[in-house]
Amino acid sequence: MKICIPIRRVADTTAKVTIAADGSSANEAGIKFVLNPYDEFALEAGLALKEGAGAGEVVALAFGPDSAQETLRTALAMGADSAVHLQGTPSPDGLVNAQVIADHVKGGGYDLVLFGKLAVDDYNQQTGAMMAELLGLPCATAITSLSVAGGVATVEREVEGGVETATCSLPAVFTCDKGLNTPRLPSLKGIMAAKKKPLEIVPTSAGEGKARVVSLSLPPERTAGVIVGEGAAAVPALMDALISKSKVL
Amino acid sequence: MSSVLVVVEQRDGALRKGASDAIAAARLIADASGGTVDALVASDRAVSGVDGLGAMGADRVLNVTDGAFAHYNPDGIVAAVSGIAEQYRAVVVAATATGKDLAPRIAASIGGPCGMDVTAVEATASGVTVTRPIYAGKVLQVLELSGTPVVAVRPGTYPAASAGKAGAQEALAAPTFTRRLEVTGIKGSARASLDVAEARVIVAGGRGLGDPKHFAVLEDLAAAFGGEAAVGASRAVVDAGWIEHGAQVGQTGKTVAPELYFAIGVSGAIQHLAGMRTSKVIVAINRDKDAPIFKVADYGIVGDLFEVVPALADAVRKAKAH
Ligand SMILES: Cc1cc2nc3c(=O)[nH]c(=O)nc-3n(C[C@H](O)[C@H](O)[C@H](O)COP(=O)(O)OP(=O)(O)OC[C@H]3O[C@@H](n4cnc5c(N)ncnc54)[C@H](O)[C@@H]3O)c2cc1C
Ligand SMILES: Nc1ncnc2c1ncn2[C@@H]1O[C@H](COP(=O)(O)O)[C@@H](O)[C@H]1O
Repeated sequence: MKICIPIRRVADTTAKVTIAADGSSANEAGIKFVLNPYDEFALEAGLALKEGAGAGEVVALAFGPDSAQETLRTALAMGADSAVHLQGTPSPDGLVNAQVIADHVKGGGYDLVLFGKLAVDDYNQQTGAMMAELLGLPCATAITSLSVAGGVATVEREVEGGVETATCSLPAVFTCDKGLNTPRLPSLKGIMAAKKKPLEIVPTSAGEGKARVVSLSLPPERTAGVIVGEGAAAVPALMDALISKSKVL
Repeated sequence: MSSVLVVVEQRDGALRKGASDAIAAARLIADASGGTVDALVASDRAVSGVDGLGAMGADRVLNVTDGAFAHYNPDGIVAAVSGIAEQYRAVVVAATATGKDLAPRIAASIGGPCGMDVTAVEATASGVTVTRPIYAGKVLQVLELSGTPVVAVRPGTYPAASAGKAGAQEALAAPTFTRRLEVTGIKGSARASLDVAEARVIVAGGRGLGDPKHFAVLEDLAAAFGGEAAVGASRAVVDAGWIEHGAQVGQTGKTVAPELYFAIGVSGAIQHLAGMRTSKVIVAINRDKDAPIFKVADYGIVGDLFEVVPALADAVRKAKAH
């Protein structure tokens, strides 16, 4: 089984994001960048499928500037067999990125393409499903369970009030949610091995997008309220505030 | 091309939450250019509630009734929408689990950009401008979308449209399509209670509970609200296996905005706050007066949750009985 994992380099989730002088991008200086956490679920799923089958190939792929190679090395250290760096600048329009990835995936002989559910920077939550649609491949998003047998995949995904079950034949595209698995950490041996694994660099020409960032701003801070009291004795004061002041009861 | 299409979600013949937000947002876009709003409902049977879509602001309701829509059928809905999309200047859905799955598929099939999980919409001469939280709500992005954009509106962000429309019911022929994904059904979640994404009140617990069996304390408080409260959780307790993943609130869990959010034995890590900071009223109960959760809470009680929460459940029951 040949599995492709599109990955993205994102600001660490604890990073304090500030707005750059242009008003429409985030400052990168001083920020720690990591492999998108949801892409770790995708990569773990791919590695586990390969290991379970005792054969196969896991290819990590990133579309981005040269810094993407650092993230690809992380994926190689976790266990991906090879990496592809699609050179270019990701667009705020997910369809542009999906097309660039689709151009590579098409004809790549992949049985599975596993995306993250979302990138924790742009929160676009769209690249995977768009790429599937562009290539006419079956797709389920935000899966929390995946099993593959006899060329058929069975997945689960959480919807409001329940868990949806679905099946499709391979090749297929899934986007991976937390709950799917617990990603492994790169081992020291993996980190050493990653340096020698193949990383192919491919120039791309991304199309014009139909989404333009007008501005970024920081939301108003939520201000601290009041400590109504200590222990059970404070319950009447809390109830009073919820009923009379906030009117939510 | 000044009209807007809303894809309305239904399950088992009943409308799902979010339709009124999506229609209200669609009205804003359509009204800017004197257009109409059509609501498309795909189902395998008559859907109860479609006669109310007019009051929400839909001029027409397009009913696609076919056995292929017994379960969610993304390939079928995409085909139905792309078949008529050229009549519209935008397509709007509610940003539920299903809407978020559908929006990018529709966008790719009609070649438009996708504004995901937006909290505000504005129509401009050249397209649609949306505002959306990114970086887990740490930043607000204003995005200008051109072409035929697909917009997924976060439920609970739009007040219902003030003036109703005719909501004329029409039948639309089922599309021809290739079913690539087969949804086989929906299992109830492990916990029978309400989903955090849909509840008016969320009672969320963290590591302060000390033991999985102590979730009973929170369930009792949730029960006191009589069917409008759900039990939520921090990642720490989800990862420890104390409660299922669907209950997790935060960066890698669900983003929620209930009217009332109780954070109980939850420290208030930045990744937790990312999922609940837009709640209307936040109440924190924590024995550490310096816990970061108090910095975002409207009301706080410093104390042992095992003492405070049962007393609170009693008080809520009494208040509800009046
Ligand atoms: C990439 C990434 C993603 C993440 N995503 C999420 C996410 O989606 N959601 C999330 O929640 N976290 C997330 N986290 C984890 C987050 O950083 C915190 O570790 C987690 O939220 C802490 O959970 P907690 O508040 O339950 O536990 P703790 O931080 O251990 O807090 C327990 C609290 O309970 C209080 N307490 C203890 N006993 C009592 C008592 N008897 N009565 C009252 N109070 C008591 C303590 O004072 C303390 O404040 C993520 C982390 C990373 C790195
Ligand atoms: N520039 C990129 N290169 C490779 N994969 C990407 C890129 N951007 C997004 N992805 C993939 O698409 C998923 C969803 O991203 P997004 O649609 O931006 O929220 C990510 O988790 C990745 O798997």
